[in-house]
Amino acid sequence: MIFKTTPSQTVGPYFAIGLPWPEGPHAVDPATPGAFTITGTIYDGAGVPIPDHLLETWQADPEGRFADMHGHGGASQMEGFRGFARYGVEVGDGEYQIVTVKPGRVKEPGGRLQAPHIAVTLMARGMLNRVVTRIYFGDEEEANASDPVLSLVPADRRQTLIATPEDGGYRFDIHVQGPGETVFFDV
Amino acid sequence: MSTEETTRTTDEGTEPIYAPIVDTPGNYLREGPEDHPPLNFPPYKSTALRHPKQALVYLPQTITEITGPALGDARVITPGDTDLTRQHEGEPIGERITVSGRVFDTEGKPLRNTLVEVWQANACGRYRHRWDNWPAPLDPNFSGAGRCLTDDEGRYHFTTIKPGPYPWGNHYNAWRPAHIHFSLMGRAFTQRLVTQMYFPGDPFFPYDPIFNSVRDEAARERMISRFSIHGTQPDWAAAYEFDIYLRGPASTPFEEAF
Repeated sequence: MIFKTTPSQTVGPYFAIGLPWPEGPHAVDPATPGAFTITGTIYDGAGVPIPDHLLETWQADPEGRFADMHGHGGASQMEGFRGFARYGVEVGDGEYQIVTVKPGRVKEPGGRLQAPHIAVTLMARGMLNRVVTRIYFGDEEEANASDPVLSLVPADRRQTLIATPEDGGYRFDIHVQGPGETVFFDV
Repeated sequence: MSTEETTRTTDEGTEPIYAPIVDTPGNYLREGPEDHPPLNFPPYKSTALRHPKQALVYLPQTITEITGPALGDARVITPGDTDLTRQHEGEPIGERITVSGRVFDTEGKPLRNTLVEVWQANACGRYRHRWDNWPAPLDPNFSGAGRCLTDDEGRYHFTTIKPGPYPWGNHYNAWRPAHIHFSLMGRAFTQRLVTQMYFPGDPFFPYDPIFNSVRDEAARERMISRFSIHGTQPDWAAAYEFDIYLRGPASTPFEEAF
């Protein structure tokens, strides 16, 4: 390392004038067969929804390939797949929705397969840096049971990383603080 | 990975040119507590209910974390996206400036073709946002948002007007120093960064808990742009330069992870 990184600062309350765009919440074209919605609410430590949050997701396609800018790991061949979604609104109510498909299984560096998962970045006014979590899927019990990342999480907190199947997709709420606090990762 | 290095001479002197990154690192540098502000910082009151209290869980970086999207197509770049003074019929009121610089990783390698997004208040310190209602005028000729992709040498360039400072409700007589918000995608999930660029010599620095949430003075300096008389365009616009450094490759190729 020659240089130090530029420090993070809060995204603040006014990011909606610059960061969201209409198709931003779509990790895939919504017309894609099998596309579903992940919906959730972001809560603060008092259990109050955080209306001014910015949520971003990043994931593999169903074949386990990423739409990586350099094609790393073999570029996704899926039509209309971006794998990245950004949700943030000017006047929010604490909810988010993203449209996506279920990712395939990708390897960790030791060669084991990970369970299907989506990486999440969450920012908001009052957060001086992003926090990072992961979405796993409640209907992937077998894969989740052997997932190398989930196994690093204390067993009694793993449930905070599991999205619940519901009509039209999944629900994944995030508790930034307090009872049922979501697991956040140091990456 | 190429480590070839040459130099270039400009009217400001000689500067090194580093080859852009062509390989994807196996994992990225982990940062220390002095590099970024803490999530819990009581002087900034809104952090109180918005920081996790449980310890972060160490996540060994997998391919999910070392890859990232190319958003050039999704975020169509038009000339107006880099010139915030040309997005309306008339010109915005204020001090016309250019803001430019380069995006590097911590090895000094330029990050090419990466998305840089900015947003800011107008010259009076007012944002065009429904929740900003402090009594300063909106400017009909200023929206305050721009974006661009870095070029092959990691360069970006915006023309805008200098944002004003503005009051906020954190404490008695609280004012934000003038700043421009920057969002960087980098080339990997691990490199994602949102920060704020400040202007040299701002009198509000000592009183701003957001600026001072970065506890290391040298780190705070890395958020302050520099004025450049060489970059300043005669009879047109004052130049500010702001280079941004994102996490580079870790010095060990693989983490002892799982």
